[in-house]
Amino acid sequence: MATTETAAAADAVARQAATAEPPARAAAVKPWVWAVVAVAFVLPLLKFVIPGVISDYRLFVISTMMIAAIAVLGLNLLTGFNGQISLGHGAFYAVGAYTAAVMLDKISWMPDYYFLTIPAAAVMCFVVGYLFGLPALRLEGHYLALATFALALAVPQLLKYKWLEGLTGGVQGVVLLKPSPPFGLPLSEDQWLYYYILVIMVALYFIAFNILRGRNGRAMMAIRDHQMAADTMGIDTAQYKTVTFGISAAYTGIAGALSASAIAYVAPDSFGFFLSISLLIGLVVGGVASLAGSIIGGVFTVLVQNSAQALSKFVKNDLGLPFDLSAYAVYGILLLILMYVMPLGIAGGIVMAWRRLRG
Amino acid sequence: MEQLMQQVVSGLANGAIYACVALALVMIFVSTDHINFAQGEMAMFSTYIAWQLMQWGAGFWPAFFIAIAVSFVGGLTIERVILRPLHTAPVLSIVVVFIGLLAICNSIAGSVWSYLIKEFPSPFPKDTFGLAGLIGPHQFGVVLVTIVVLSLLFVFFRFTPLGLAMRAAAQNPVSARLAGVRVDWMLALGWGLAAAVGAVAGTMVAHIVYLDPNMMGGILLYAFAGALLGGISNPGGAVLGGFMVGVLENLVAFIGNAIEKSFGVYIIGNGEKLTVALIIVITVLTVKPSGLFGRVVVKRV
Amino acid sequence: MATSRRGFVGGMSAAVVFSGGAAFAQKKYDDGATDTEIKIGHTNPYSGPASAYGVIGKGIEAYWKMVNDKGGINGRKVKFVSLDDGYSPPKTVEMVRQLVEQEKVLCVFNTLGTPTNTAIHRYMNQRKVPHLFVATGASKWGKPKEFPWTMGFQPDYHTEAAIYAKHILANVKDPKIAVLMQNDDYGKDYWEGFKDGLGKDINKVVRHVTYEVTDPTVDSQVIQLKDSGANVFFNIAIPKFAAQAIRKAADLNWKPVHYLNNVSSSVASTLKPAGYDNSQGIITGLWLMDPTDKQWNDHPEMKTWREWMAKYMPGANTEDGNYIYAYAVSTLMLETLKKAGDTLTRENLMKQAASHQKLRVPLVLPGITVSTSPTDFYPVQAIRLARFKGETWELFGDVLSAEST
Repeated sequence: MATTETAAAADAVARQAATAEPPARAAAVKPWVWAVVAVAFVLPLLKFVIPGVISDYRLFVISTMMIAAIAVLGLNLLTGFNGQISLGHGAFYAVGAYTAAVMLDKISWMPDYYFLTIPAAAVMCFVVGYLFGLPALRLEGHYLALATFALALAVPQLLKYKWLEGLTGGVQGVVLLKPSPPFGLPLSEDQWLYYYILVIMVALYFIAFNILRGRNGRAMMAIRDHQMAADTMGIDTAQYKTVTFGISAAYTGIAGALSASAIAYVAPDSFGFFLSISLLIGLVVGGVASLAGSIIGGVFTVLVQNSAQALSKFVKNDLGLPFDLSAYAVYGILLLILMYVMPLGIAGGIVMAWRRLRG
Repeated sequence: MEQLMQQVVSGLANGAIYACVALALVMIFVSTDHINFAQGEMAMFSTYIAWQLMQWGAGFWPAFFIAIAVSFVGGLTIERVILRPLHTAPVLSIVVVFIGLLAICNSIAGSVWSYLIKEFPSPFPKDTFGLAGLIGPHQFGVVLVTIVVLSLLFVFFRFTPLGLAMRAAAQNPVSARLAGVRVDWMLALGWGLAAAVGAVAGTMVAHIVYLDPNMMGGILLYAFAGALLGGISNPGGAVLGGFMVGVLENLVAFIGNAIEKSFGVYIIGNGEKLTVALIIVITVLTVKPSGLFGRVVVKRV
Repeated sequence: MATSRRGFVGGMSAAVVFSGGAAFAQKKYDDGATDTEIKIGHTNPYSGPASAYGVIGKGIEAYWKMVNDKGGINGRKVKFVSLDDGYSPPKTVEMVRQLVEQEKVLCVFNTLGTPTNTAIHRYMNQRKVPHLFVATGASKWGKPKEFPWTMGFQPDYHTEAAIYAKHILANVKDPKIAVLMQNDDYGKDYWEGFKDGLGKDINKVVRHVTYEVTDPTVDSQVIQLKDSGANVFFNIAIPKFAAQAIRKAADLNWKPVHYLNNVSSSVASTLKPAGYDNSQGIITGLWLMDPTDKQWNDHPEMKTWREWMAKYMPGANTEDGNYIYAYAVSTLMLETLKKAGDTLTRENLMKQAASHQKLRVPLVLPGITVSTSPTDFYPVQAIRLARFKGETWELFGDVLSAEST
């Protein structure tokens, strides 16, 4: 089958990936990953040592970062490791969030077993992602970008669809309760949520690591690097691409379900197009085709918006510029600078710097 | 029946807007292979320049042409200053740069001119233009301007040496360079042209949707869909695609109404017209992956 | 472990000393208030789809600057912390938690948007932090029984729409009503109120269509409305789309009795762009003065407002009604804080907010005052109908409120 459409986009992803960290070739989990996980688990306990620094609010912010990281991880599986571009992962995030919210809202005993919403959201999003992956097989590069872009715009509108209103709450959304710590654990809601999300994130990270390390991961990346060659080697490219779409959607959907619990509210306005864009930004800034980069990207998406605000205030109040530089402009400028300094994302930048240091 | 006619004509008028913006997208695509997500915001910015000139007392047409010239230089500068250093960067990084540009354009326009919607005049005479009751003078004018711009671009690419050089640079940069074409300047030129076409689109759109920093948000998606439907590598196709998307969208709502009226069941309405129109576009694309009028590019492996 | 316990005990004793000291001075403070400062939190969409409202935040900031320049409130300066939430509910939650838990504000004031406020509604009430004078017209902000820490400000959409419905039934012979509605909670709230107002006459609505904010125009919708043969048009749209609808109706030569929601009643942002010719005879409900309306030019409050604008918001658009809004709502906050005196606790602030008696708030239409009580959490409840004539609104009829309909 002759490739009929320029696969420039996919090629570029491949080029980008080649220079980034290749986790699939690593035999085992690197020690620093374990160190990070250990620190993350100890973090809330530091409250007793430095109470001013580790507050419930900060844990909540870190929780939202971890949620974003899971979503970016899902996008990375698809775009970074399989070469399919998605501008619409916010749609899967929304489907996951609403799956969880509707379950918690409509089934009376569900709030006590809120953790069941996670597998439910994963299954739901896997199915939706898999089905969307079928037509996506025929689309490449910019066309796939359009299709996913359309998905991101369509989902918030579908949530308001007349016949779904009874479930989704229509434009009003659904107000939920935050999960409370089980077994009378002496934890605050935010601490419990932090651990809940952290455990899920770590589990998902290692699942992704294992997928990518094995045969399937090599097949996924072979398709990204050269689909036709992968085809001739006997890889069922269609099957791999659609299943990857499903898994990727499931990851992002889990993130959505977690956010429904963390924010305790879902509404169509929460899943606007900017959500998809910020996931994409998280992916690129963190590091395409890098698992650790996904985590960095998740942290970045939350951090950069807040620091843009702080910077904007600083410019206005302390530098005394005559014009008003809004946070949104600062955000744009930050993105430009980052892409100049580290066109391969933060993970790529770190790897390059490390290599240079070692000669 | 009257409603159907009105919906089709109103769809064509909206389609003209999408077609204009789609044309600007195509300009950048054929010269650089990128889809510029900041295109809409750049066009919006150009429109504000025209508006400002008119506030300072310029007439519509002088303001229009100055804005186009300024935008041309602006587009050229953006390519040379911002994108040139990144020409080896991966495509996703470029997308992020576009998003950054979008944010900057949008918020600077907001701080300078505020978010209050502004009236933008129409250059077309109110009484002598258009078809009474069916299409307003401005809508009719927009359709004409779109066709004029398209013809000018066609002539430029087909019959001028510079146009030929630009096409060569886009299609085969290496051979073009060997033949003495300054490929990097051709890319910048493509950006300049795109910004200029965008300025035309913006000044035409602003009268219809009113001028505000977010005016291009919704339009860009339709233009994107139109350009891909028609074939992103073909200016004429993109314009046709834009018109089709405009009509399609109105027809979806119309048919939804008709169904509700005859069967009393609500299936689709105004809330779903975008979704349904996009599903149709994507379905067409899965059948014809390079658009209805796009050239099939055979890639060597 | 030993260190941590010591740290904990230390924190406790510090708290005891602090509260003891406060009691001694006979002044009572909660988080966010001291002898020299009152800290107020705020979120606003400075970016994103609703950024047109960003000017409200800037206006409020300028207002507190003026208050501080004049010596503050009972000798205390106001520290106003305003954060951007981009009109995204999850972001609002994060920002408001930052305000309450990190910045430790005394209260959160005039947060903008219905979905955004819904997202923090329960949090504010669990934390028992005053959530005052929110910038949304939804009807759910005045429920003191369930949410004793949340209070609205402006007349709610529900009531306003019901007033229009009654007016239509009383004044239009054989009404056939067409409705254009923005497909979100704001549009829905108006629509529900309108339906309630019509009661059994709901069948008078012959056509109801919606639009999305991502739609480039509402031309197609207006064509559908005209086609229904309606003679009354209720326009529930934000300024940009309301203006498009007014113009398109005129282009189509459709001349219904046109009711426009208060959200788009600004002359500068809706009727001027729509064209004065096209706007004649449109009816709306008003409760604030319009800055372009010449009849207020000599009104002392309008003069004070213009001086304030010139001094604190130089270069800002003086036609933008959002600055009027910012000034009015800030004044209500100021009056509430003044009344609280030296007892700047959250409980007292809520008590004061719920005990305004016919308070005159500047720039609100003459005849409308603010009254609240422990069971009435709707500060401004009345509107006056107005008809567009020439280049401005002309008020007619009495002050109308939910009780009078």
